[in-house]
Amino acid sequence: MTTLNSKIPKGPIKDKWTTYKDKIDLVNPANKRNIDVIVVGTGLAGGSASATLAELGYNVKAFAYQDSPRRAHSIAAQGGINAAKNYQGDGDSTYRLFYDTVKGGDYRSREANVHRLAEVSANIIDQCVAQGVPFARDYGGLLDNRSFGGVLVSRTFYAKGQTGQQLLLGAYSAMNRQIGRGKIQMYNRHEMMDVVIVDGKARGIIARNLVTGEIERHSAHAVVIASGGYGNVFFLSTNAMGSNVSAGWKIHKKGAFFANPCYTQIHPTCVPVHGENQSKLTLMSESLRNDGRIWVPAIKEDAEAIRAGKKKANDIAEEDRDYYLERRYPAFGNLVPRDVASRAAKERADAGYGVGHNETGEAVFLDFAAAIQRYGKEQAKIKNLDEKDAVLVTRLGKDVVEAKYGNLFQMYEKIVDENPYETPMMIYPAVHYTMGGVWVDYNLMTTIPGCYCIGEANFSEHGANRLGASALMQGLADGYFVLPYTIGDYLSDDIRTGKIPTDTPEFEQAEKEVKEKIDFFINNNGSKSVDHFHKRLGKIMWNKVGMSRNEKGLKEAIAEIKALREEFWKEVTVPGAADTYNEQLAKAGRVADFLELGELFAKDALERNESCGGHFREESVEEDGPQKGEAKRDDENFAFVSAWEYKGEPSDAVLHKEELEFNDIELKQRSYK
Amino acid sequence: MKLTLKIWRQSGANDKGALVDYQLDGVSPDMSFLEMMDMLNEQIINEGGEPVAFDHDCREGICGMCSMYINGEAHGPDRGVTTCQLHMRMFKDGETIYIEPFRAASFPVIKDLVVDRSAFDRIQHAGGYISVNTSGNTQDANATPISKIDADKAMDAATCIGCGACVATCKNSSAMLFVGAKVSQYALLPQGQVEAADRVLNMVKQMDEEGFGNCTNTGACEVECPKGISLENIARMNREFLKASI
Repeated sequence: MTTLNSKIPKGPIKDKWTTYKDKIDLVNPANKRNIDVIVVGTGLAGGSASATLAELGYNVKAFAYQDSPRRAHSIAAQGGINAAKNYQGDGDSTYRLFYDTVKGGDYRSREANVHRLAEVSANIIDQCVAQGVPFARDYGGLLDNRSFGGVLVSRTFYAKGQTGQQLLLGAYSAMNRQIGRGKIQMYNRHEMMDVVIVDGKARGIIARNLVTGEIERHSAHAVVIASGGYGNVFFLSTNAMGSNVSAGWKIHKKGAFFANPCYTQIHPTCVPVHGENQSKLTLMSESLRNDGRIWVPAIKEDAEAIRAGKKKANDIAEEDRDYYLERRYPAFGNLVPRDVASRAAKERADAGYGVGHNETGEAVFLDFAAAIQRYGKEQAKIKNLDEKDAVLVTRLGKDVVEAKYGNLFQMYEKIVDENPYETPMMIYPAVHYTMGGVWVDYNLMTTIPGCYCIGEANFSEHGANRLGASALMQGLADGYFVLPYTIGDYLSDDIRTGKIPTDTPEFEQAEKEVKEKIDFFINNNGSKSVDHFHKRLGKIMWNKVGMSRNEKGLKEAIAEIKALREEFWKEVTVPGAADTYNEQLAKAGRVADFLELGELFAKDALERNESCGGHFREESVEEDGPQKGEAKRDDENFAFVSAWEYKGEPSDAVLHKEELEFNDIELKQRSYK
Repeated sequence: MKLTLKIWRQSGANDKGALVDYQLDGVSPDMSFLEMMDMLNEQIINEGGEPVAFDHDCREGICGMCSMYINGEAHGPDRGVTTCQLHMRMFKDGETIYIEPFRAASFPVIKDLVVDRSAFDRIQHAGGYISVNTSGNTQDANATPISKIDADKAMDAATCIGCGACVATCKNSSAMLFVGAKVSQYALLPQGQVEAADRVLNMVKQMDEEGFGNCTNTGACEVECPKGISLENIARMNREFLKASI
C-alpha cells in the first residue's frame, strides 16, 4: 500500500502556514506572464482563485457551465460566513475557530489544514469589505455578527439571508476587473469533458461548448478544479440542477484519489418532498432553529389523522406534542448539530409519527408559536402596552419574527401554500453538502502533479460533518489566500516550459475519447430518458446510503447501482444532435459519472464500519449508558482518511489510508445530552 | 390539472421560430412551473421528440438563470418571484399558457426559450467592480464605519440577480434598472467613491454600445423585478452620470 504524502509542514501548528509561506519558491512577475492556469468552476473557490491568480499576473482561463460566472451555486448560500475576528469580544480566537471546526467535523479532518483556514478567515472579511460586499451593520456603522450551530461565540458575518450571493458577486466583480483587462479569458456555457495529462502532469482540458457543441482543446501549466459538491447523486438535493461531479470524477479516473465519498451532510430543515415530479429541494436556513421548536404528535393516531388531512397541527393539544429534540437532548435542544437533528427526525418518521400530508408522508413540525408569544410579551413590556391582550401580543410577536426571518417565511409560503405565522412549518432533512471529495495535500494538489482541487470539490477541512457558515469560509480561503501561494511553488519549475501545445498525441487521444462517448449517447436510441435513470439512482442512494446505513443495505445498493449502470448504457436515449445546444446530452454525461460515483460512495460507506458525523452506521451505536442509541465513533480503527484509487470498475477501487494525527486537540465523544 | 401550452420553438439564432401547441395532463398545483416543464419534456422525449430548451439552475430564485416570458409577463403572473418559484396553483385547470423567451435585441435567442444575456456581463466588465487586489493586508473591515442606512440601501441594490426581466419587460428594452443597481451599490459605499466617475461613464457607454434602450420612467421593470429593485436606483445612476459628466 502506498503511503499518501500530505506534505504538512513541520513545526508547531501556529507557525506552519507562516513558515511555509516564507520558504516556498516564487515566480517573478515577468515570468508569470508566460504561465497559463485553467480554472474549472466559478463559484466562491473558482471565482476567487481566478481573480487572484490573474491579479498576480498569470494568464487564467476560467470555465463555467452556466451563462455567467455569477450564477454558480455558491450564490444560494443563505446564512453567513465564519471568521475569527472577535469583534464581539466574546472570547473568539483563531484557536477556537480551529477547535470548533475539528470537533464539529467529528475528528475526521486534517488539523493543519483547518488551522490554516482559521488563520486566514479574518483576511476574507477584510478583503470582501474592500470589494464593496454589503455585510450587515449595526447603527454605529460597524459589522454585525450572529451565531450558528455547534459554537459558543458570535462569529458569523452575513448579508441578510443572501450571504452567498453577495460574496459570490464580490468574487465575480474581482473577476470582471480581470476579464476587462484581458487577464482572464472567460468561457461561459462550457463544460470540462476531460483532463489532459502530458508526461505525468496535468497540462490542459478538453471542453465542450454547450451552445455549439464544439469540442475544444485548452492547454495550461496547471489545472484547478473548483466544481463544487456531488449531492445531486441523490437526484433530490438542495444543489442546483446542473451541479455535478464530472470534473472531479474525470480527474479521479486519470489518477486523482477520491476521498471519503460517503461523508454527506443531510440538512435537517428543508421543505419536504411534495411528489414524484419534484426536481429539487429548498433549504430553510439553520438560523430558524434559534426560535422554532421541532415536534411531532406524541400519539400515533394523531399523526395518522394529520397525514390523512383529518386533523391540523393546531388541533393537537400541548400535552399531546412530543418535542423530541428537547426530550432527547436537553442541553442543546433544538440547536443540536445538523447530523443529530436529521437522524432524530428520521427516527420519528420511521416510527410512524411523521406528519407530511404530502404524497410521501415524511415531515415534522417546526413551530414558531412559542417564539411569537415570547417576543410579543417582551415587546409589550418594552412599549408599555397591555401584555394580557392576546391579539396585541401575537401581532407584536409576529412583527419580530417577520423582521428576523421574513424572506424565509415568504419562500416557504410560495412553495407550500401555507402561512407559517399561523400554522407550524413542515420540514424534513435533505441532502445539502458533501464533505468528501477529491483528495488533496496541504498544497491543495491532487495526486496528479499540477492538478489542484479547491472548495467543496475537495475533501479537506470539514471532516465528517460541516458546521454552518463554514463552506463560504473554505471556498474563499482556498481561492483568495491559499492556492495563489501553493500553486506558485509548483509553477516556479515551469518558467522555461513555454506554451503547452495542443496538437500533441495526448490531446488528440483525450479528444477522441470524448467524441466517442458523445457519439455513443446520440446514437444509442434507447427507450428511457436520462432523468429516468437519475431518479432511480437517487432512490437507491436515499433509501440505502442516506441518513442511516447498514451492511445489508449497502451491499444491496452496490449491486443495484451496478445493475442500473449497465441498464443505463443499454437503454438511455438522448434526443437531438451533438453539434447543437443539447441539455439532455450534457446531463447524460453527468449522470453516467454519478452512476459510477454512487457505487464507490456505497463501497466507502460499507468499508467505514463506524458512525462519525454525517455517516451513521446502524451497527455502530452506543449500547448502554447515557449515550444509548447515539452514534459511536471508532478512533482506534477509523481515524483515517479513505482515499480511493481508480482501477476501472468502482468495485476494483483500491483504498489508501491517510492516518489522521491529532496533536493539538484531544479526541472526545461529541455529546449533546 | 390539464393545460394547453403554446411554447416558442426556435432551433437556433438564425431560425424564424414559431409557437407550437402542447397538451399536458396530470399537472399538480403543488408543482413549480419548471417542474411542469420537466414533465412536458419527459413526455416529448418519450414520444421521440426534442425537448424544449430553457435556462434554469438553482431553482430557488437566486441564481438568475431562469428567464421565461409567461402569458405576457417576465417570470409569469406572480409578484416578487422568478419562474422557478412560480407554482402551478397560480393557474387554472384547462388554462392555455403562452411561454416565450425574454425578448430584446440585445438578448438574441440561442434556442427555444434560451437567450444570450452576455451583454450584461460585458457591462460589468466595463466597471462593475472596485479595483482592489487580494492581499492579507487590506485594511481592517471595521476601519471605516458605514451608516446602517447606506449599507442597507447598498444591499437592496446588490440583491439584483441579473436575470434580465427588467429588459424583457421594458418597452424600450432598457437595462437601466440593472446598471443602476450596480452603480448604486458602489455609489452608496465609501469604498466605491474613488472610481465612481469612471465607473458610471464606462458602464453607461457599454450599455449603449450593447444596444439597450433608454428609460422613459414607465416603471414596468420595478413591477416585474423578482427582487424588487427600486426605480430610485435609476435616478441615482442618472445623478452619478451627470455628476461625472460636468
